[in-house]
Amino acid sequence: MTVRIDQTKCIGSGQCVLAAPDVFDQSDSDGLGLVLIAEPPAELLPGVRDAVDRCPAQVVSLEE
Amino acid sequence: MTEAAVCPVPHENRTHPLGAPAGFEEAISNGPVKMLWPNGVEAWVVSSYAGVRQVLSDRRFSANKEGGPEMRTEGEQILGLPQPGNMNVMDGDEHLRLRRPLSRAFMVKRLNEMRPRIQEIVDQHFDEMERGGEPADLVSSVCLPVPSLVIAELLGVGAEHQALFQATAREMLGKNGSKAEYEAKAAELGEVLAKVVDEKKASGSTDDLIGLMVNDTDFEMDELLMLAIGLLVAGHETTSNFFGLFTLTLFENPDQLAVLKRDPSRADVIVEELLRYTIGKLGGAGIARRALEDVEVDGVTIRAGDWVTVSSHANLDEQLCPHASELDLERRAVPHLGFGFGPHQCLGANLARVELQILLRTLFTRFPNVRPAIPVAEMAFREDMITYGAAAIPVVWS
Repeated sequence: MTVRIDQTKCIGSGQCVLAAPDVFDQSDSDGLGLVLIAEPPAELLPGVRDAVDRCPAQVVSLEE
Repeated sequence: MTEAAVCPVPHENRTHPLGAPAGFEEAISNGPVKMLWPNGVEAWVVSSYAGVRQVLSDRRFSANKEGGPEMRTEGEQILGLPQPGNMNVMDGDEHLRLRRPLSRAFMVKRLNEMRPRIQEIVDQHFDEMERGGEPADLVSSVCLPVPSLVIAELLGVGAEHQALFQATAREMLGKNGSKAEYEAKAAELGEVLAKVVDEKKASGSTDDLIGLMVNDTDFEMDELLMLAIGLLVAGHETTSNFFGLFTLTLFENPDQLAVLKRDPSRADVIVEELLRYTIGKLGGAGIARRALEDVEVDGVTIRAGDWVTVSSHANLDEQLCPHASELDLERRAVPHLGFGFGPHQCLGANLARVELQILLRTLFTRFPNVRPAIPVAEMAFREDMITYGAAAIPVVWS
């Protein structure tokens, strides 16, 4: 399970950080989303799935 | 065979101040429907959860609102016109160029750092409300001044300009303003903002939003002024109105208010449910898009050139969550559409969240007996502004 953010279309809304603060952060230099844990453990996956749903730019993906 | 007549969009005469315009829910009950706007423009109304997400995120729908259904008045026409810095009506890379650099100022961690300062502003205003005695008007004592001070600080606008900003923002959002009045107000704001811009240039600061735009982006002066005006106006009215509407929703649902009082530390999750439910119940058709090519939405073909609007009623769609038409403050946060969706989703969403969490938690912990001084149904509401809200909320607390 790999988490990715497509930085080219990210708008820096921070919804991923609200959904899964252990997995995502925002870059101090441009505010865009960052993946902190690319292969999160199972207990963090519900938050990641929530981030995928909530992302307004639809740039967060979780690949099985 | 002649085409069926297109019905006017229900946009006024709410049967309950916290409900949709009369006839709206019936009108949208069979999926996307074309309706006639007050300015004579026809537009589809999409109101399903999946449909609204699609319209707001599919690049085949343009945000350019020129000639569209939202243009009821001259003031709104100006807000909807393509002009430098008006990112609300831009698409694709043009929009991202303006939007992305602003996201730093609204980063979740940055807003968390602002919490103590926002709490301080909130406490000061509740102190003053208490000193003034009962009954007090929650709108003028707290709803209006708090978000106004917070957005001014985030932008980096000094306290000396704030009274002017608040008055001007309110006037610019009025639905009945003439083009001349709107332009006069924008010029007034622009003059003060130009001074603020000069101060930021001199200091080189990037600690606030105007400083960041001045010293760390490639924005032109006209873009920067338009963006700053847009942010000021947006920051003034919306959070104000929603804090008032959320409070009224809780007054009207005492069993749910008890949930908040039982555990105010859940204010973050509770605010999400209030956003979902309250905005969903208000319904109505809002944000407009224009189809650039034929697109299928909820089984209907929307033709290239057609106008489409989305309804916040989508927040009550069972696709989003079970028993979606009920307020359930014990629900986990769900991906509601209270701040819109897609690349134009509210830039200030996370700021609004922090403010609303602090405001609600503080109001009901500090004044556990706070209640309306008159029935909610008898309160005055403002339909004359672009954003809907209570004109006054008289409360008592002893």
